[in-house]
Amino acid sequence: MPDLYHYLQQLVNGLTVGSTYALIAIGYTMVYGIIGMINFDHGEVYMIGSYAAFIAIVGLGMMGLDSLPLIIVAAFTASIIVTSAYGYSIERIAYRPLRGSNRLIPLISAIGMSIFLQNEVLLAQDSKDKAIPNLIPGNFVFGESTMNGVVISYMQVLVFVVTFVVMLGLTMFISRSRLGRACRACAEDIKMANLLGINTNNIIALTFVIGATLAAIAAVLLGLQYGVINPNIGFLAGIKAFTAAVLGGIGSIPGAMLGGLVLGIAEAFGADIFGDQYKDVVAFSLLVLVLLFRPTGILGRPEVEKV
Amino acid sequence: MSNSASLKTAFFSALLVLAVAYPVLGLKLTTVGIKLEVQGASPAVLWTICGAAVLMFVWQLLRSRLSSLWATVPELPKMPGTASDFLTRPSTQRWIILALVMIGLVWPFMVSRGSVDIATLILIYIMLGLGLNIVVGLAGLLDLGYVGFYAVGAYTYALLSHYYGLGFWVCLPLAGLMAAFFGFILGFPVLRLRGDYLAIVTLGFGEIIRLLLRNMTWLTGGPNGVSNIDKPTLFGLSFERKAAEGMQTFHEYFDIAYNSINKVIFLYLVALLLVLITLFVINRLLRMPIGRAWEALREDEIACRALGMNPTVIKLSAFTLGATFAGFAGSFFAARQGLVTPESFTFIESAIILAIVVLGGMGSQLGIILAAVVMILLPELMREFSDYRMLMFGALMVFMMIWRPQGLLPMQRPHLELKP
Repeated sequence: MPDLYHYLQQLVNGLTVGSTYALIAIGYTMVYGIIGMINFDHGEVYMIGSYAAFIAIVGLGMMGLDSLPLIIVAAFTASIIVTSAYGYSIERIAYRPLRGSNRLIPLISAIGMSIFLQNEVLLAQDSKDKAIPNLIPGNFVFGESTMNGVVISYMQVLVFVVTFVVMLGLTMFISRSRLGRACRACAEDIKMANLLGINTNNIIALTFVIGATLAAIAAVLLGLQYGVINPNIGFLAGIKAFTAAVLGGIGSIPGAMLGGLVLGIAEAFGADIFGDQYKDVVAFSLLVLVLLFRPTGILGRPEVEKV
Repeated sequence: MSNSASLKTAFFSALLVLAVAYPVLGLKLTTVGIKLEVQGASPAVLWTICGAAVLMFVWQLLRSRLSSLWATVPELPKMPGTASDFLTRPSTQRWIILALVMIGLVWPFMVSRGSVDIATLILIYIMLGLGLNIVVGLAGLLDLGYVGFYAVGAYTYALLSHYYGLGFWVCLPLAGLMAAFFGFILGFPVLRLRGDYLAIVTLGFGEIIRLLLRNMTWLTGGPNGVSNIDKPTLFGLSFERKAAEGMQTFHEYFDIAYNSINKVIFLYLVALLLVLITLFVINRLLRMPIGRAWEALREDEIACRALGMNPTVIKLSAFTLGATFAGFAGSFFAARQGLVTPESFTFIESAIILAIVVLGGMGSQLGIILAAVVMILLPELMREFSDYRMLMFGALMVFMMIWRPQGLLPMQRPHLELKP
């Protein structure tokens, strides 16, 4: 049954990419849920995270350390520290002074920030592709052979496992912890939360840091899987993750997870049907179609505009 | 704030500066042979980063004391209210625009060829800025895919000229119509979306148009684009050295020596003419009910709906008209370059046009003209900093939103204020 294997393979690939989209999408959806703005530069934070991870990996390699778990843990740590610092600083510099103004103004500021960050990396690093060898080679094969079966690489397994653990952790954090409850309270009604003694400034900063952390995790996973980065990867990743967030219903965390997976699968099958060069067109078209026919997304709730 | 608390904040801020700056600026991934290596940046960069961290530390530590000191310092003299009132009044701005047009008419005959060329580029951006101003500044719809309509205009002329040999003046209205058609078709379904969703959908459309242009190789030549596009003619007179068959050249007709600067000046004048038409049309429209409706919609959509206006029609007209001007600008761009490729129409281009509108002051035409001059001229003047151009664009956009979201030279609307 070559056809079935082929489709299953596409499904696996789609789910892999989709779960990383979901991780990035959470950054969009949480910020939107709380302060109602699109942090357009989130994709660039992801890009900076992948640079931090590569620097850590290559740096450890130069020091002669080649224990795989150590390298991977170092990549995650470095990436998370750097992106959290960026997430916090960006919120402080570009968004906090604009809180409460017309909703287009923070968006324009975010676009400016995104251009700034992309060019910062472009100038400090350079525009060339940077590649590392595959750290976790090897794969599982289901079926008769690699040509006639489903191939799941160890790397893909790592992506699934890490994403699952992170999502579970985040869900627990949001639903069980004190801070998570404060986040939900802010998403419900930020003024009221403020009146009830929640330090909303801190919660908003925390949201940005959580988003940046998840983007860093996605950056390490995708960086290890593809092994190539350049300063321009942030734009596309950002748009696609935003699409995922909208697809699932912006503001809803389970929605972002679902939206990421749906987008990943749609893209994999779209590329299969229309050809690889139309992969991005499929993603953008999906974004447009969702916004046209169900602007609230799969799990979103309709928003009532009040005077 | 207590001393230990402010020490903690200061320490945290300094660490933050290090975490933000050091990994990206202080370490560089370099390909050595086939291997990737991490190299440290030059000592100067490292010292700058350390200096910034120390500065941040000191500043955070002394902030509370400084701010009390600040209060005792007399305020800097601000621009007097009457002067800014005078500058933002519509009648003043109209006179300044008129003066600028006069200068623009005489100017190309006195300066070098290179300057005229840059001026033509500035005029293209003025046209794009004015067009986007209808959508963003007047109707309040954030359009991030404006460059898509610019691309449609450019490719309309390029393809018609390439396949059917049509001239610039025939194609100019066609390009406008084509872009308007796209604006209408794309605008129709999306305009009921709320502000920021609309921004992202238009961004998606802009990218889809560019990707289609790149992938439909059989029609558009793919990544190589369309080349050898004809330049505009003056009533059939060509500005080339040798005319094509059945055509006459400008210098032969008027019996003067061939000079390539004539072509550059002619292109400049065509651009100026297009800008003037744009200005004229937009100014007329602003006085019509539709122009008033755009601004009303920007201010309060719910109130507009309550007054019985149809938001979709109003938004659609703004979107379509904005697209039309992008189409005109695009076809002129194609004629000037003689070459169009999909890479001329990336998102960054949209961001630059948006930056012009934002910097100038949304809704203000004089502001946009000045902003276009500044944005295009500055990078040309500071060639050695040209790498930093986009970096500065980005920083400027953030800075403007925080410091002066209404733009450098906003326009006053006729209004009355109730004083409590």
